[in-house]
Amino acid sequence: MRFIGLCQPVLALMLAPLLRGVINKVKALFAGRCGPSVFQPYRDLAKLLGKGAVYSGTTTLVFRLAPLVGLSAVVVALALLPIGSVQAMLAFPGDIILFAYVLGLMRFFTVLGALDTGSSFEGMGASREVQFSALVEPVLMLSMATLARHSGSISFSGIYSSITFGVWMQAGPTLAMVSAALLVVCLAENSRIPVDDPNTHLELTMIHEVMVLDYSGPDLAFILYAAALKLWVFGALLVGLCMPLRTGWAMMDIAAFLVGMLLLAIVIGVIESMMARLRLLRVPQMLVGAGAIAIIALVLVLR
Amino acid sequence: MTNICLLMTSVGLMVASGLIALLVSRWPRVASAMGCVGTVIGCGLGLVPSVRVLLGQPAEVLRLAWSMPLGDCVFVLDALASLFLVAIYSLCGLAAIYGAEYLQSYRQRRSLGPPWFFFNLLVGSMVVVVTAQNAVLFLIAWEIMSLASFFLVTFEHEDEGAWRAGWTYLVAAHLGTAFLLAMFILLGRASGSMDFASFGSMSQPVAHASLILVLAVVGFGTKAGFMPLHVWLPEAHPAAPSHVSAVMSGVMIKTGIYGLLRTLTFLGPPPAWWGLLLIGIGLVSGVLGVLFALAQHDLKRLLAYHSVENIGIIALGLGTGLLGLSLQSTPMAVLGFGGGLLHVLNHACFKGLLFLGAGAVLHGTGSRELDRMGGLLKRLPWTGWTFLVGAVAICGLPPLNGFVSELLIYLGALKGVRWATGSHLPLVVGVVVGLALIGGLASACFTKAFGAVFLGEPRSAQAAGSHECGGLMRLAMLVLAAGCAAIGLLGPFVIVAMAPAITVVAGMPSESIRATMAGPREILSAVVAASIVLLVLTGGLMVFRRWLLAGRDVSSTVTWDCGYARPTARMQYTASSFAQPLTWFFRVFLQTHTKLAPPVDFFPASASLVTHTDDVCREKFYRPMFRSVGWLLSRLRWLQHGRVQIYVLYIALTLLALLLWKLE
Repeated sequence: MRFIGLCQPVLALMLAPLLRGVINKVKALFAGRCGPSVFQPYRDLAKLLGKGAVYSGTTTLVFRLAPLVGLSAVVVALALLPIGSVQAMLAFPGDIILFAYVLGLMRFFTVLGALDTGSSFEGMGASREVQFSALVEPVLMLSMATLARHSGSISFSGIYSSITFGVWMQAGPTLAMVSAALLVVCLAENSRIPVDDPNTHLELTMIHEVMVLDYSGPDLAFILYAAALKLWVFGALLVGLCMPLRTGWAMMDIAAFLVGMLLLAIVIGVIESMMARLRLLRVPQMLVGAGAIAIIALVLVLR
Repeated sequence: MTNICLLMTSVGLMVASGLIALLVSRWPRVASAMGCVGTVIGCGLGLVPSVRVLLGQPAEVLRLAWSMPLGDCVFVLDALASLFLVAIYSLCGLAAIYGAEYLQSYRQRRSLGPPWFFFNLLVGSMVVVVTAQNAVLFLIAWEIMSLASFFLVTFEHEDEGAWRAGWTYLVAAHLGTAFLLAMFILLGRASGSMDFASFGSMSQPVAHASLILVLAVVGFGTKAGFMPLHVWLPEAHPAAPSHVSAVMSGVMIKTGIYGLLRTLTFLGPPPAWWGLLLIGIGLVSGVLGVLFALAQHDLKRLLAYHSVENIGIIALGLGTGLLGLSLQSTPMAVLGFGGGLLHVLNHACFKGLLFLGAGAVLHGTGSRELDRMGGLLKRLPWTGWTFLVGAVAICGLPPLNGFVSELLIYLGALKGVRWATGSHLPLVVGVVVGLALIGGLASACFTKAFGAVFLGEPRSAQAAGSHECGGLMRLAMLVLAAGCAAIGLLGPFVIVAMAPAITVVAGMPSESIRATMAGPREILSAVVAASIVLLVLTGGLMVFRRWLLAGRDVSSTVTWDCGYARPTARMQYTASSFAQPLTWFFRVFLQTHTKLAPPVDFFPASASLVTHTDDVCREKFYRPMFRSVGWLLSRLRWLQHGRVQIYVLYIALTLLALLLWKLE
């Protein structure tokens, strides 16, 4: 247990909703609107936490458990992530696996919560979610295996502290391809365009948003907050790779990381403004394509 | 000596109580009580020595003065055997408790003596299989095990499906045994005796050892359910009574894994391709097993395909371990074998639990069809919540036991990713990616199963009128669910218990194994810490939400369906639709048949859609093969007249031919 490692969870818990705010702001600016304040997500959360709740009569305790398990799982995942060369709170060889599987637990319960309502819309969203995540999981593992082979470590903290400008100079193409694969993972896991549109309100086309249709009040606040944290978690994976500034001073590394997260939010906002959502049947092809990129990266490392 | 004597007493007790149950079949209650109590006491007796040896007491040998052909009648209780015995005794004891209540519903229609007799015989024969140290003794016990389970599979023998399942199983079991016979004959010829001790002490060329290994993989793989050899599993498991399915899937198929491991101890240092072979088999079984599971509509068939998947995961672990041995990487070997062996125990725990849960669902609703269920969590809360524990565990999710063993296999493979070179690498990476894919698909499959059965609204009258099972069935499920949680949260202690068994399999000194285990122990301690944080956070959030909602308006309404005010149960997403995107994506492997009668006209009277996923191996490989064998044999039918005189003539001619051959 390292106290400096607390930085990652604490920063995430404070700043994660801001990421959504920035993305929405960028999208609004692209569309020529002024857009809501970047702090709007905080206001939404505060408002929802202050409300009562409405539950469907069909649901059971599983439905009420799902948001809680999801939020706890993503917090545990946060504790595993380093910032630059700053070690994570909980770092051990193989933490990559625990990371992937606690997020798996989050998904498992979100899907069950959706099925618990007995709604065909939510069942549809849940079905898509499990399909895409089953394909995303191997891509994530392939990317991590590539990085593990490259850095000689099987822990996030070891992998990420080894990535420097020098390494980028030397193995640029590999890292770029892993980054591309991780970007696809990040967009797919967080239900962003081109996989899913977080703003649409036509239930038939949605994935994540439709699964949580029946939640209200504090439960919805937990879900929105957990989704913001999940975006932060996958963003941190990507930023740690693409922001190879390892000064050895914790403060500098953390500042660079935060700048990186801000840039990532802007990039996601730009992607969402410039692209349309893919047809659902095309999404698996994109995910398999990301897997192929990760395989090529692995081959390059083995060369 | 005391340990192994206790073990033999337990076998004797179980077989004797089974016999008594058979004799008193006329009084079903007495027969049931006899069979159940005998098994439970026997399992309790047997568990003591098994746990003792697993925790470090020395192995014991029992040499009976009975003469066996080509060797001695020897039993050995060593760490490898005791690991499997712990699984066998725990699960069978609980299954017997469950069965005592489960079989009561058959009391009016059927005599309860025979099922208890065969159940007890099955348990006893499994114990003998894992302790026998002589090939003949082993094969006899193996055969009794196959036959006893055959009679249990065909328990509902007026059902044609059960018969067909039973025959498939019987044929598969005996084809597998034929390979084992060949293997033991080869081993026996090389060593001059049928004793396992002499197999282990001889040295043999690698080519001979490889031939033995291939025979063992086919022979034991048929029992274990490796992918192209698995065809009997999805037939036999659904047909058997549920507590028998639990035992067959949880521990009986593991005797195949045991046999494979025991054979490995005879064969000396493995070349790398043995590991790669097992990894390949593991990948095929794991991925295809879970894919076929996804396409099933029958709850018990779905679980049966998951057994294929989990056997695949075990094979991945053992393959990683073997590869580690041949690359002389102790951590890889220890992690691979440790993960594989622990998964044997874990699978017994959660698959036993899931089959018992499926039995309780069948007991409560009278159906196994996923698309006719729904909303059972409210009606069968005990079954539902324990089934949920099993579902989380089988998907390998923390904080339960499935995660611990999968993590060890992942770690072993990741070690391999770091150190392996050249041609080994693709398969080692394959282990990592394969496990990830299997994990994702398993989550899809169990959210489907749990969601369709226990959540939402009932889709049929049977589901709406279902009832919860009684105390004995609940007890068995609760204990298994607690076991899943306990192994998950006590991971660092549990893997230490694997060390003696790994010593037996890998032939490495136990000190080096214990030293290597220090790393994984620390990792598992960290995982346990994370799991506890997870549980505490969830609990804390629950309290927080209660505090937030206190005094506020919390109301109940219908599910939001875009303003449609009167949703019906038929509007729910079905299990088949839930799995459809994935089954369509993998249609190349699954080859699902679809029969569609689309709605016609403006006011369609009816429409229907039927999908069915046959086992591709069975349809595309075994059926044509058996058909052509049948055709070839039918050419010989002219030999058969039904006249006894001519048959006597055949015998005389054969004897004469043999005599002439011997005289030369």
